[in-house]
Amino acid sequence: MINYIIRRLLYVLPVLIGVNILTFVLFFVVNTPDDMARMQLGDKHVNQAAIDNWKHQRGYDLPLLWNTEQKGFKQATKTIFFEKSVGLFVFDLGISDSGRDIVADISQRMWPSLAIATPSLIFGVLANITFALLLIFYRSSVLEFGGLFLCIALMSISGLFYIISAQYFVGKLLALTPISGYAPGADAFKFIILPVLIGVVGGLGSGVRWYRSLFLEEAAKDYVRTAKAKGLSDLQVLFKHVLKNAMIPILTGIVVILPLLFMGSLITESFFGIPGLGSYTIDAISSQDFAIVRSMVFLGSFLYIIGLLLTDISYTLVDPRVRLE
Amino acid sequence: MSACTDDALNNPYVKDDGTDKVIYSSFSERPKHLDPAKAYSSNEYAIIAQVYEPLFQYHYLKRPYQLEPLLARAMPTVSYFDNDGQPLPDSAPDNTIAFSEYRLTINAGTKFQPHPSFNIALHKGFPQDWDAKSLYDLPMASRVLTADDFIYQIKRLADPATQSPIAGLMANYIVGFNDFSERQSALAKQYPQWGKVQRLQSETMSGLKKIDEHAFIIRIKGKYPQFVNWLAMPFFAPMPWEADEFYSNPMLVSNNITLDWFPVGTGPYYLQENNPNRRMVLAKNPNFHLEYYPSEGAAGSREQGLLDDAGKRLPLTDKAIFSLEKESIPYWNKFLQGYYDASGISSDSFDQAVSFSAAGNVGLTDNMLERGIGLQTAVTTSSYYFGFNMLDDVVGGYSEQTKKLRQAISIVMDYEEYISIFQNGRGVPAQGIIPPGIFGHVDGKQGVNPVVYSWNEGAIRRPLTEANRLLLEAGYAQGIDPKTGKPLVLYFDTMDSGPDSKARLNWLRKQFNKLNIQLVIRGTDYNRFQQKMRNGNAQMFMWGWNADYPDPENFLFLLYGKNAKSLHGGENAANYQSAQFDNLFEKMSTMENTPERQAIINEMVAITQEDAPWLWGFHPKAFSLHHAWYKNANPNLMANNKTKYINIDVELRKSYQAQWNKPVYWPLMLILLAFLCLLLPAYIIYQRIERASAL
Repeated sequence: MINYIIRRLLYVLPVLIGVNILTFVLFFVVNTPDDMARMQLGDKHVNQAAIDNWKHQRGYDLPLLWNTEQKGFKQATKTIFFEKSVGLFVFDLGISDSGRDIVADISQRMWPSLAIATPSLIFGVLANITFALLLIFYRSSVLEFGGLFLCIALMSISGLFYIISAQYFVGKLLALTPISGYAPGADAFKFIILPVLIGVVGGLGSGVRWYRSLFLEEAAKDYVRTAKAKGLSDLQVLFKHVLKNAMIPILTGIVVILPLLFMGSLITESFFGIPGLGSYTIDAISSQDFAIVRSMVFLGSFLYIIGLLLTDISYTLVDPRVRLE
Repeated sequence: MSACTDDALNNPYVKDDGTDKVIYSSFSERPKHLDPAKAYSSNEYAIIAQVYEPLFQYHYLKRPYQLEPLLARAMPTVSYFDNDGQPLPDSAPDNTIAFSEYRLTINAGTKFQPHPSFNIALHKGFPQDWDAKSLYDLPMASRVLTADDFIYQIKRLADPATQSPIAGLMANYIVGFNDFSERQSALAKQYPQWGKVQRLQSETMSGLKKIDEHAFIIRIKGKYPQFVNWLAMPFFAPMPWEADEFYSNPMLVSNNITLDWFPVGTGPYYLQENNPNRRMVLAKNPNFHLEYYPSEGAAGSREQGLLDDAGKRLPLTDKAIFSLEKESIPYWNKFLQGYYDASGISSDSFDQAVSFSAAGNVGLTDNMLERGIGLQTAVTTSSYYFGFNMLDDVVGGYSEQTKKLRQAISIVMDYEEYISIFQNGRGVPAQGIIPPGIFGHVDGKQGVNPVVYSWNEGAIRRPLTEANRLLLEAGYAQGIDPKTGKPLVLYFDTMDSGPDSKARLNWLRKQFNKLNIQLVIRGTDYNRFQQKMRNGNAQMFMWGWNADYPDPENFLFLLYGKNAKSLHGGENAANYQSAQFDNLFEKMSTMENTPERQAIINEMVAITQEDAPWLWGFHPKAFSLHHAWYKNANPNLMANNKTKYINIDVELRKSYQAQWNKPVYWPLMLILLAFLCLLLPAYIIYQRIERASAL
C-alpha cells in the first residue's frame, strides 16, 4: 500500500503543473497586468506611470510565459508564470496583489468555514442515512410515499430560499437566533445553529434519495434474506448489515470532500456574514487578484487529489477484500 | 430592560465591548487599503477618516460646504511668486504666477494615539511571549505631532513603492514631487538594504520646507486654489515615521499586520480590532485633542435638533463597530430589529420603507413611523451621465448635423422615467454638468437646459416633434440613414449587460426607437470596456463621477480638452474639445466663488448644453434611515469624518431592542407536537411490519 500511496503522490505533480498552467492561461486571457493594476489602483486620476509602477513593484512587468530579452534558462524563469508559480510547489502562497499574506488570510478564514461545514456534514450524513434506512424499513407504506414526496419537495426548493426564509422566520419573527454574524470560540454556537440547520435540511432531499438507492440495492442481496431467515429483525438487518455493506459508496461521497471542507460555502457565508473562505476566490476573481486565484485553485486541486487518495485508503479499512497495489 | 436586550437570543453582538455607547454599522466589502496614502474609496474612508486627520475638514453643519481648520491652527496663508521667485501681490494676474506657497501652521500639543510603534525598543524586536495577534498587547507609547509628520506623509505619496493613486496628479502641482519620486526609485535600486524610512528621510523635496516644529510650507506650481481641498483629504494626514519603521518587521508582515491594515493617527478613534473578514472596531482615542460639537450650523439646524449637543466634547460615542454584512436582506432585517443604527434603502426594501403621497412627496410608511425611524434625503454631489464619444464619425464631431443628432437624442432620453423606474424616484434629472450643492449650479428657470426643456412653472421636456425636427436637420429624416436607406444604427458600449441589466437596456432601446434609431448594445467586460474608452473606440456609454471636493472645477474638468481620455489619458471620457470652453475653464478654475465666476460657469454650461457631448443624466438622491436613538445624523456629502458627531441614546435603543426581539417559542412546540403525531402511524406500521416478518 505504501508503494501505491507514493506512486499516487507522484502523480500529483504533473496534475498540479497542468492545473497551474490552465489557471494562468485562463486568467491572463481575460485580464492583462495593466487591467489588474487599474483594478487595484482605482479609476480616478490613475496614469500610465502609476500602472507601470504597480506592475514593477509586483513583478507583473515581466513577459507572461517566455522572456526573449533573457538568455538560456532565464528565458523561462524570468517570466510572470515561473516567478508566480514556483513558490506554490513548496506551499509558499506569497502576498496577494492587494498586499496581504495569503497563508495568514487562509489560516484566519478557514476556521469559521470549518465551524459551519463540519457539523453540517456530520449531522447531514447521519440524518440522510437514518431517514434513508427508515424509508427502506417502511417500504411500500404510506410513510415511504410521504417521505419520498417530502424529499422531492425539499429538492425542488432553492438553497437561497431556505436561507432567506429561515432568517426571516427563525431570526426575525421568532427571534431565536441572530439573523447573521459570527463570533469566535464558544460564542460561535448561536451563530452557527441556523446555517448548520439549513445545511442539513437543504441537503436532506437529495441525500436521502441517494442513500436510499444505495441501500435498496444492498437490501436486495442474498445476505439480507439470510439474515432475515436467521430471525434478525428488519431494523437490525438494515442498521447493522446493510449499512456496513453500503459503506464503500458512502465513503466515496464523503471522504473526498473532507479536505475541502475548510474552503467554505459562498452563499451560506455571504448571507450569514460568516468570515470564512467561501467568497475568498470569487472576491479575488472580481478584483483580478491573480495571486489569490492561483493559490486557491492550486490548493483546491491539491486537496481534491488528497481527498481521492484518502477515499482509496478508506476502502481498505471498511472492506478487507480491497487491496491497493 | 438592559438584561433583556443583552440576553436576547438573536442579538448578533457578544458582550465583550465593555460599553453601551456604541455605533453599530456595517461594511459589505472589505476595504482594500487603510493607508491614507493609498485609500481612495468611500468604504475605506468610512474607517480611516475617523483615525487619520488632515489639516482641514468640512464644517459638519454649515452649507454651502465650508472648510475649517482641523489639525491646522488656521486656514493657510497663500503667497504667490513669479518665475524668478519674486513675491507677487494677491491681485497678480494668474498668468504671472509661477508658484504658490501654502504656509501651514499646526496646533501645538496634538498627540498621536497610543501605539506600540512609538515604543522605539520594539523596532528592534518583540517580547518573546507576544503571539503576534493583537498589537495592543504590546507596550504602547505616543508622541506629539510635528510638521515633520506632514512632510513625511507627502514624501510617502511621492514614493513609487507606496503606489498612491494621486501621485501622478500631485506630480503636476507640488514642486519637486516628480524629482523626489525618481530619486527614490534610484535609491531603492542603489541601496536595496535601506529601509523605507531611511530612504525617504535621506532626501528632501524642494517644494516642502519645514519652518519649525509646528509650521511648514508647501510650494506648488502656478495657482491652484483647489489645493486646499486636497489638504482636507486623508492623503495629507500626518504619518509618523515610527509607524513605517515598526510595521516593516517581517514577523508583522507575515501576520498581515501592516500599516495598510492598522492605522496610526491622531483622530477621535483608533482601530482597536481589524478583522476585515468579520468586523472592524473603532474605539475612542484617549489622546484625542480637544474638539467640540459645532455650536452653529445651517438654517434650520437648531429646529432639527442638530445643535442639541453643541459644545460637547467629541467624539460623542465610545466605539463604532462595523460588521461584515454582504447581503442587503439580512442587513435590512437586522436594522429593523434595532441591531444596526442606520441603513440605506435597497430596491428590495424600498416599498417597505418609503411611500409617496398623492402630491409626490416622499415619506415613510406607517410601519417605519411606528418604529420611530427617521428618513433623510440628499441629492448627492455626483453625476451619472450618458456620453457620446466626440471622436466618433456618426455621433461625435462639432458639425451642426452631429450636434443636432445629439440634441435630438437628448430630448427623447426621458430621464424622469428612468429615475422613476430604475431609481425608485431617487434622483434629479441633470440640467448640466454641475450637481446641486456645488457652487455654479443654478436652480429654476435660469438653470434649465434649453435644448431639452422648456419652462412653464417648471421644466417641461420638449416634445418628440421637436426631436424629430432636429433629426431631420441632422440629415436623418424619420431616423433613416441616407447611406443605407435603413434606420440609423447606433452602438451603446456597456459592461453592464447581464440579466440584471436587461430591463435597463430595453428601456434604452425604447428611447432610441422613439426616433426610429436602432440601438445595438455592445456588452463587454470591465477590462475591455475600459480599454475601449481609453482607445476612443466606444460610440456611446454611461459613466459617473463623484465629487472629490465641492468646487465646480472638479466637474467642469470632465469636459476640459486637455483631459480628453483617449488623447491625454484624463477624465474627459467624451473626448470633448472646445477652445472656447477650455479658455473659460482655465480662467474659472483659479477664481474665488464670486458672481464673475458664476457668470463664466453659466457660459461654460451653456456651451456644453448646446454641444451636447453628454445627455446630462441625473444626480442620484441618497435616502438614509436611522433609528430614533441615532442623533445628529446630517447628510454631509463632503465630510468623511462624521462618526465623531453621532450620539446614541443608549436607553432608548435598549428599550426598543427589547420590545422588538422577544423570543417566540410556541412554533417550536408546534413542530415538536407534529413530529410526535408522526410517530404514532410510524409505530403502528412498525408493529405491522414486525408481525409480517415473524410470519
